[in-house]
Amino acid sequence: MQKVNLCDACSKEKGVQDPTGFALADLLLGIGAAEEIEKGAPTQKCPVCGFSQADFKKTGRLGCSGCYVTFAEGLSTLLKAMHKGTKHVGKLPERAHRTMELTHQMRALNENLQKAVAAENYETAASLRDQIKQLENEISNSS
Amino acid sequence: MKFSSVMTTPGEWLRGEGPHHQVVISSRVRLARNLRNRPFPGWAKKADRASILDLVRPCVEELPEMQDSFSESLQDLSALDRQVLVERHLISREHAAKGAGSAVVINRRQTLSVMINEEDHLRMQSIRSGLQLKQAFKLVDKIDSALESKLEFAFDRYLGYLTACPTNVGTGMRASAMLHLPGLVLSELINQVIQAVSKIGLAVRGLYGEGTEAMGNLFQISNQTTLGEKEEEIINRLSKVIETIIEKEHDARQALLQRKPNTLWDQIGRAYGVLTYAHAMASKEALNLLSIIKLGVDLGAFPEDRRLPIDELFIDTQPAHLQKSSQQKLNAEERDHLRAQIIRDRLKLLPRPDISRMARESGISPSDGPSNNE
Repeated sequence: MQKVNLCDACSKEKGVQDPTGFALADLLLGIGAAEEIEKGAPTQKCPVCGFSQADFKKTGRLGCSGCYVTFAEGLSTLLKAMHKGTKHVGKLPERAHRTMELTHQMRALNENLQKAVAAENYETAASLRDQIKQLENEISNSS
Repeated sequence: MKFSSVMTTPGEWLRGEGPHHQVVISSRVRLARNLRNRPFPGWAKKADRASILDLVRPCVEELPEMQDSFSESLQDLSALDRQVLVERHLISREHAAKGAGSAVVINRRQTLSVMINEEDHLRMQSIRSGLQLKQAFKLVDKIDSALESKLEFAFDRYLGYLTACPTNVGTGMRASAMLHLPGLVLSELINQVIQAVSKIGLAVRGLYGEGTEAMGNLFQISNQTTLGEKEEEIINRLSKVIETIIEKEHDARQALLQRKPNTLWDQIGRAYGVLTYAHAMASKEALNLLSIIKLGVDLGAFPEDRRLPIDELFIDTQPAHLQKSSQQKLNAEERDHLRAQIIRDRLKLLPRPDISRMARESGISPSDGPSNNE
């Protein structure tokens, strides 16, 4: 009555879940996500860091941020099972925030351009095209 | 700041002055961040880790919050010093096992610690006394924003902050609170609470996190998922659950006082007896007995001004703190003797449990309680 033993075996028995470590291995084996990634491209390696799926299966950790792109397909199944949602809705770094703002501006400019072209207002369209080009440069610089 | 000053000044959270401090010992929020397209620490070669450390460490040390901070490479810390930091929850057990290429930066008040090259390039943590998850988040969020202007973090529009382990992707945030729940343990309701909490996507763990045993009736509750929810939402949800558990703990204590006062008084009396007279004590036993004394303070069996020395014993009797204070390496038997001695010394001024006062304060008529024939 003095303590509650929460070793791995007991915590399983008591229905306490551990999100990493053992639970991760369970998740991998249970849903077969790792196998799923492998089916797609068993020998695929991350071009950024040289990490392979076999390494992931062994460690449960990825090699670098680029791995999220390389192994995107298989990871999406895994992430769906692990988390509440599939899309990040929290904090944005200032940099990403700025890029998103620019993307919004770009969308607005494109819409206006289409309108101007439809109305055969070519002078406006030309100026909009210039603005779009400038914005494109800014976006490629910021990301 | 030198390591010796970290040792002599107890962290702010140890003082236990935060809201709901009777049940919530501390609140912690940590953020995991990585540099874009650089190998994560677990996969990086030694040279990579060293260059990442050289890049990140000055940025962390330059933060205004880190003025006069304690900053050290893990390889330059003795095993004992690392263990002291683990016992203070300033670094993780995983980080303590790291060597060259890893470092830790801790602010003067010990409310903020940044681990460099743990599982992720950066693990920033804020720790506060009592239930203060929002305040802890605010502090760590601020230094995250400051660092982000100097370092390019790995971020994806859909997946958020990218981390070595997919379980942390998104916010990269783990918010947790350390709860002292002797009432729920003594009334055997704790497993129900743990199960209910696990079902709503929160994790319950022991004293030192993942895979550790619950000792001293201390439990850590934290969010399990990091993707698909805003930081504030996660913290609000967690805070609400913790508030409910606080209520349940108080209910359980009241129920024990009403229905099983003899059990409760027996526990407190035995804990007092053993702690004040024992000459050998293992750290687990010490934690479990100190937990009961702490409960006794909460219930009025001991004077309120004895709270701090008892709270301090929770940390000071941990193996590394004990050896650090004795300035020598001790084997298990020597540690147990020293631990018992320190406890006896510190509890010298602790009066015997005042059962009648406890009964009065809880509204039980003396006839219901045990006779107080001392």
